[in-house]
Amino acid sequence: MKKLSSILFALLLAIPAYSQEVEMADKLRSEGKIYVLVAIVLVILVGLVSYLVVIDRKTTRLEKRLNENKRP
Amino acid sequence: MKKIVSVVWKPLSVVLLLYTILAGFLMDVPRLNIINETIRALYFHVPMWFTMITTFSVSIVYAIKYLRKPDANLDLVSVEFANTGLIFGLLGIFTGMIWANYAWGSPWHGDPKQNGSAITTLIYLAYFVLRGSLSNSEQRARISAVFNVFAFAAMIPLIFIIPRMTSSMHPGNGGNPAFNMYDLDNSMKKVFYPACVGWILLGVWIATVRVRLRKAEEKILDLEYEKTK
Repeated sequence: MKKLSSILFALLLAIPAYSQEVEMADKLRSEGKIYVLVAIVLVILVGLVSYLVVIDRKTTRLEKRLNENKRP
Repeated sequence: MKKIVSVVWKPLSVVLLLYTILAGFLMDVPRLNIINETIRALYFHVPMWFTMITTFSVSIVYAIKYLRKPDANLDLVSVEFANTGLIFGLLGIFTGMIWANYAWGSPWHGDPKQNGSAITTLIYLAYFVLRGSLSNSEQRARISAVFNVFAFAAMIPLIFIIPRMTSSMHPGNGGNPAFNMYDLDNSMKKVFYPACVGWILLGVWIATVRVRLRKAEEKILDLEYEKTK
């Protein structure tokens, strides 16, 4: 009897552990704080890409000047 | 067609990367134990490696082209693509270390894929050391082109074969299931594939700008040389 009850007790303990949902950042999302992160990362990406565009254009200008500089 | 591609590919890269960040942070992902929300690192960590492999592939193609027909411009393309690939490889290693620290318990786990990518990075670093040690430009281009072929040939087993044959903890390696097994409705692929294309295009963009700068530099050197004559 004691053995049976201990098995039952163990099962009872196991049930909530088994049915528990995997923990995700649901609270962060429901509070809308995830948008803060998204905005920050977007600013970094847009900033770096704009910088690359500027470098790209500068290179094009340099190439043009070099081609004008060529001997006739 | 060629003109359309040449105009579109850079904006396309930016659009895909913006989409990656928006969808990568906001869309639903499979709810898995242990990795939890960090599964989203798949959208950012793995494309680093895809970009590295792409730029190293371009690098070896131009190394072989150089060996077939020695032209200094081919050598320039090969070097600058290897250079960009190395940066993306380092980003892949560092992002992987952050993820491993969370998911596996320590930043450097001695995982075969981690070790393999570290060795690959060292091999490509040696490529630049080799280039730096040769002063004759033709000799430098030829010897480093040969080294480039061997470096790429070493990377394939180190990253793709050995981790699959041993007990790597990377998904899809060493008998582990890949993420697509959990990704039942293929929702992750909708972000992952565009992410890879976006990062690869960005890597190629950076490399081509570097190539153009190097070519301009060579031209300036030529002009200066002509003035001294």
